[in-house]
Amino acid sequence: MTKIKTLADLRKIKEEVQSKIKLRENSDHPEQVVQVKVGMATCGIASGAKETMKYFVDELEQQAIDAVVTQTGCMGYCYAEPTVEITLPGKEPVVFGYVNKDKAEEIIDVYIKRGALIDGIIPLAFRTIDD
Amino acid sequence: MTDYKMHLLVCGGTGCKAADSDEIRNSLKYWIEQTGMEDDAQVVFTGCFGFCEKGPIVKVLPGNTFYVGVQPGDAEEIVKEHLVKGRPVQRLLYTDPVTKEEISDSKGMEFYKKQMRIALRNCGFINPENIEEYISRDGYMALGKCLTELSPQEVISEIKESGLRGRGGGGFPTGLKWEITNKSEADQKYVVCNADEGDPGAFMDRSILEGDPHSIIEAMAICGYCIGADKGLVYIRAEYPLAIERLKIALNQAREYGLLGEDILGTGFNFDISIRLGAGAFVCGEETALIHSMEGLRGEPTFKPPFPSVSGYLGKPTNVNNVETFANVPVIINKGANWFNKIGTEKSKGTKVFALAGKINNIGLIEVPMGTTLREVIYDIGGGIKDGKEFKSVQTGGPSGGCLTKDFLDTPIDYDNLIAAGSMMGSGGMIVMDEDDCMVSIAKFYLEFTLEESCGKCSPCRIGNKRLHEMLDKITKGEGEEKDIERLKMLSHVIKDTSLCGLGQSSPNPVLSTIANFEDEYLAHVNEKKCPSGQCKDLLKYEVVEDLCTGCTLCFRNCPVGAITGERRQPHYIDQSICIKCGVCYWKCKFNAIKLS
Repeated sequence: MTKIKTLADLRKIKEEVQSKIKLRENSDHPEQVVQVKVGMATCGIASGAKETMKYFVDELEQQAIDAVVTQTGCMGYCYAEPTVEITLPGKEPVVFGYVNKDKAEEIIDVYIKRGALIDGIIPLAFRTIDD
Repeated sequence: MTDYKMHLLVCGGTGCKAADSDEIRNSLKYWIEQTGMEDDAQVVFTGCFGFCEKGPIVKVLPGNTFYVGVQPGDAEEIVKEHLVKGRPVQRLLYTDPVTKEEISDSKGMEFYKKQMRIALRNCGFINPENIEEYISRDGYMALGKCLTELSPQEVISEIKESGLRGRGGGGFPTGLKWEITNKSEADQKYVVCNADEGDPGAFMDRSILEGDPHSIIEAMAICGYCIGADKGLVYIRAEYPLAIERLKIALNQAREYGLLGEDILGTGFNFDISIRLGAGAFVCGEETALIHSMEGLRGEPTFKPPFPSVSGYLGKPTNVNNVETFANVPVIINKGANWFNKIGTEKSKGTKVFALAGKINNIGLIEVPMGTTLREVIYDIGGGIKDGKEFKSVQTGGPSGGCLTKDFLDTPIDYDNLIAAGSMMGSGGMIVMDEDDCMVSIAKFYLEFTLEESCGKCSPCRIGNKRLHEMLDKITKGEGEEKDIERLKMLSHVIKDTSLCGLGQSSPNPVLSTIANFEDEYLAHVNEKKCPSGQCKDLLKYEVVEDLCTGCTLCFRNCPVGAITGERRQPHYIDQSICIKCGVCYWKCKFNAIKLS
């Protein structure tokens, strides 16, 4: 990585990353990518988020589903850990709670592969700084 | 792929479930089948929407139509009108209390969004180990703006104008603190981030460091620019290994990208941050004790003044701010002080993160604008009390705070209101208690904590808290007398008045606030030797009701200590001198023949 030397450099990187993300979110090509974010703060990990993440990585690879699995911080829903956010191409992100291995399997089979929702999704009810 | 064109989201939160949302879901499914739409529409349960007072809630996608107060009988109309004909059912829409307008599209309407995430803006959104994701969400833009467009004075004015106050508990105006440190003359100054989060049940700082470490780095650099420091230190407890790990990764990435180090963004400004690990002593969250701990000395507080802003780490001017305080700074710079100071109450601006815990349905980390009421937090966001029990009290401010009763449920939360109510903001722990919690035991629990954590420097704190604890212990064992309550109060005031640091000055608060708000419980313990919530084991007595006992011997066989005797088909008897009050007989008896008194 070359160092960011000016504010203009920083803006350029920001735009590059943003357009990369946009491309991923808005692509309507068959090779579109499913995004999986696993809440991996201490609370999530204590409830088994590492196993959940590993399961997603292994299972999606085995089933040849094109997906990006990443970790993120605490989403705040401690009562429902581990929590996972899934973004299907062209759709709003959906957050699932209590995602153990069985639930992860159900998410892959029902939501990721067929696009049908599953009981127990967590509705997001907060304002962000951009609202 | 299935081809559902519509999704009906039925709230499956505890509040809505209690209000028949199971039945609503079944009716919706029934009518969807009746109208032959089962391939087009799917009904699912969701978690709590956080708008429980208007429940049960049904949301229809697409369109985000938000129906409130739905009854099972409404299902037919929702399906036939909305799903089949595409006409939302007007009478079930939420009516805005101000404009009296019916609101159909919940997107962009904020009425049920009680939470607002500023400090937590990136937690759960970005990968904390990837600096580019932070940059894509305006990361380091605030630092860039400060370094290239604003003078340190201008940044300080902006922070002052925003009304940001310390989120660690004290509530000291952040801009003012920066200004004082800026004015102190010295060859070297320091920025310190206080990540020594110690309140039982509080974990907001840990979550921010784990979920968004770059926001802290950026804010510390901005602070360094303002006060004229080129070194920053994060004091974090060693028991937060993941937060430390993520912070280290973030620091390395920031250095790699040239956002820490020398000549940042070509402006000639130098800044770098190192980590200092703490051993987890509660008192080290107090800033003078924290500084001593970083210097390798005993973690004991010293007298202020001099304040750290004048003479802190290694005797140099040091600006100490808490994690959550720092997390707000980049947003204030990017969005402007006038955006920030419109949120909140007159004297407390912005939002506050709370760790919601205890007997509440939606345990979690929440962030609400200052001025939100405790009722909204507990019932709308928290989803109400577990198992439908009665709310008794909410404890805020950790071991230094107090317990508030239901009379305070409609108090808007801000620094000053909580203090006026006999508690405090603290770092943001919020523990909810229900009818089964004994307030004397709660006070005892918090004292046990301060007793462990007192550094021992001041006698009133070291010895006084021990005596307080002994008296409470006596009361919970049924050996207290009414005079003890007066003694507790008197000693509490002495400890508060004569301790050096915040720990001692506030340690009796849980005792004082429980006496003030729940004196009847104390009186029941000392006068009637009874614990109204049935928590104090020594005051409980399990007895056999002879008329109801069938002599089935189930209690006899399950008693772990052999305290129960009796012949088959004859009433049994519990020997009180052997009974350990474990309650097994009470739960096992099928004839309600064990009485708890």
